[in-house]
Amino acid sequence: MSMAQASIAAPRKSKGWLKTDRLLAFVLIAPSVIAIAVFVYGFIGFTTFASFTKWDALLPDFSLVGWRNYEKLFDTTRFQIDLGNTVVFTILFLIACLMLGFMLAVLLDQRIRFEGLFRSVFLFPLAISYIVTGVVWRWLLNPGSVQLGSTGVNLLFEKVGLDFLKNGWYTDPNIGIKAVVIAATWQMSGYVMAMYLAGMRGISEDLREAARVDGATEVQVYRHIILPLLQPITLGAVIILGHMSLKIFDLVVSMTGPGPGFSSDVPAFFMWDTTFRGNNFAQGAGIATILLISVAVLIVPYLIYSTHTEAEV
Amino acid sequence: MPKPAGGGKLEMFSWWTAGGEADGLNGMFAAYKKQYPSVEIVNATVAGGAGTNAKAVMTTRLFGGDPPDSFQVHAGLEVATYTPDKYLQPLDDIFASEGWDKVFPKDLLTLLKYQDHYWSVPVNIHRANVMWYSKKVFTDNKLEAPKTFDDFFKVADALKAKGIVPFVMGDKEGWESGHVFETVLIGTLGADGYRGLWTGKTAWTDPKVTEALNNYKKMLSYTNTDHAALTWDGAGEYLLNGKGGMQIMGDWQDGWFTSKKFTDYGWAPAPGNSGIFDALSDSFAMPKGVKNTDNAKNWIKVAGSKAGQEAFNPKKGSICARTDCDQSLFNAYLQSAGKDWQSNALVPSVVHGAAAFEKWATAYKDTMALFVTSGDVAKTQAALAQNCKDAGVCK
Repeated sequence: MSMAQASIAAPRKSKGWLKTDRLLAFVLIAPSVIAIAVFVYGFIGFTTFASFTKWDALLPDFSLVGWRNYEKLFDTTRFQIDLGNTVVFTILFLIACLMLGFMLAVLLDQRIRFEGLFRSVFLFPLAISYIVTGVVWRWLLNPGSVQLGSTGVNLLFEKVGLDFLKNGWYTDPNIGIKAVVIAATWQMSGYVMAMYLAGMRGISEDLREAARVDGATEVQVYRHIILPLLQPITLGAVIILGHMSLKIFDLVVSMTGPGPGFSSDVPAFFMWDTTFRGNNFAQGAGIATILLISVAVLIVPYLIYSTHTEAEV
Repeated sequence: MPKPAGGGKLEMFSWWTAGGEADGLNGMFAAYKKQYPSVEIVNATVAGGAGTNAKAVMTTRLFGGDPPDSFQVHAGLEVATYTPDKYLQPLDDIFASEGWDKVFPKDLLTLLKYQDHYWSVPVNIHRANVMWYSKKVFTDNKLEAPKTFDDFFKVADALKAKGIVPFVMGDKEGWESGHVFETVLIGTLGADGYRGLWTGKTAWTDPKVTEALNNYKKMLSYTNTDHAALTWDGAGEYLLNGKGGMQIMGDWQDGWFTSKKFTDYGWAPAPGNSGIFDALSDSFAMPKGVKNTDNAKNWIKVAGSKAGQEAFNPKKGSICARTDCDQSLFNAYLQSAGKDWQSNALVPSVVHGAAAFEKWATAYKDTMALFVTSGDVAKTQAALAQNCKDAGVCK
């Protein structure tokens, strides 16, 4: 406290003072720097190292085998399916969330009554963990059973006479991962809505008025004025949703498991299975490393871009 | 009379935390207490299905030099996971002094030996290759339990014509398909041929394996369409309400039927499996450097003893690994399994940890889970052969 006040009051001239200030800052930051160095970067390094070893049983074996684990991994049918699933999931999840989120934001932007209530309702799913979302949607998209007949969404379709829409959802190998997209979208689109809505509120009313005076329709205002101005928000949403979809795990575990023929399997689940059920630690470390790289490919350019623009401001 | 132990503790590590498993374990603790009343038993269980969590904790403790006095491990190649020559004590002396080489079946003893030593003592046996069927459905349609694959397909056709699901399956968790296929492999290759698959004597490229895959593919064409959504017990509901005919599962299904108060079921070996017993077994091992050596040795002796196994198995719903248990303690199904146990050829289950070490067993399970949807015989056989190569068993 007194130190903080002193630092505001005292002009930064005395060399001795500067020294203690720096020292204090260093002491305060050091624990977290050390913890992060060991528990984040140290373990990343260890995992990467493990992926080049022969450690394929419970007890470690650190003899190096070069790229063999990676070669084997890309040869494995399950991993190939997983990579395909990740691509499908990421694309569908991004498109669905962005479109739905934007639409909801536009609707709420119309200065409707009870806006606060609606905002909370749409944002609430975010407060729930993926595990809970997964359990709920597992019930909703349950194809039904011999004993109970149709359940969940299928029962709804049956009741309203839309029988042709009934299907096996995540138990159908052709749908698989797409059923997971539905649940993930339900959870995250409210968040995208909140981001867009905040962005829209930041755009001055004068701009819209000017456009309207020039004869633009309301659709044209959103299409040509607001959407372009919201580009940074779209980029932010893509980054956040994108890295979430690459490492999605809990939702898949609680909702579908690997699914028939691994149709809803994802790399993170395969990593867990390989490492902790199959005790093939080297291979598991390989999958983890690939996951890290794929997330880094998405995140790092954004980090560089954002620090760059911040420095300019 | 056994010599009284000098008190102290016995720390026993397992993943039996609930239901019949915990009851069985407590039964065995009681049998131990009777002989060694002054020893305090520390029950160090770690919860979690199939021991996933327990195994991880166990490794840390072994590795960190703080092992429990005895721990649970699936009998068979699972001990290989723990690098036995480095971390476990061979139990050859106890096997000899207790005369266990006479009371355990010979095939089981072969299965237990790894690097020429016994590392663990089996307490129970489960059978994996049982075909369960609905008695009502079979008598209504004047059918008999099929013995061969040809019989099976005939019965299946007859049931299909009646609108009954002939072959019920629930493969939601991913291991069930591998489980059924191992019984098909046994049924097609016979006991020796099947055992050879896991030791490198039988080639995975053998035409017999192709035949097994084709048999399995044909069987899959008779399953319920919602199999991917069901667990094995969920699929069992088909038998309960007479909508399904047959299901291949281990003998834990007997316990499940009992818990559902369902009695109208029959059982037979899976097609082609007559005279062969596909076994999995829980056993106890003793790590090197345990704190209470005498107590641990006595525990191993109790686990292998008649009294210990009779206290454990009726509660857990499995049969004794010994051949001299009192059969009247068990229900009708377990009695028939006990009889087969004494006379049949024994083969190890791969899905349940006896035939191959875990890395290989996992790869096998994945390959078969994929086969259910792909039905690609050639590609699956190539993958199975590759799994064997990756495991270092096949060249």
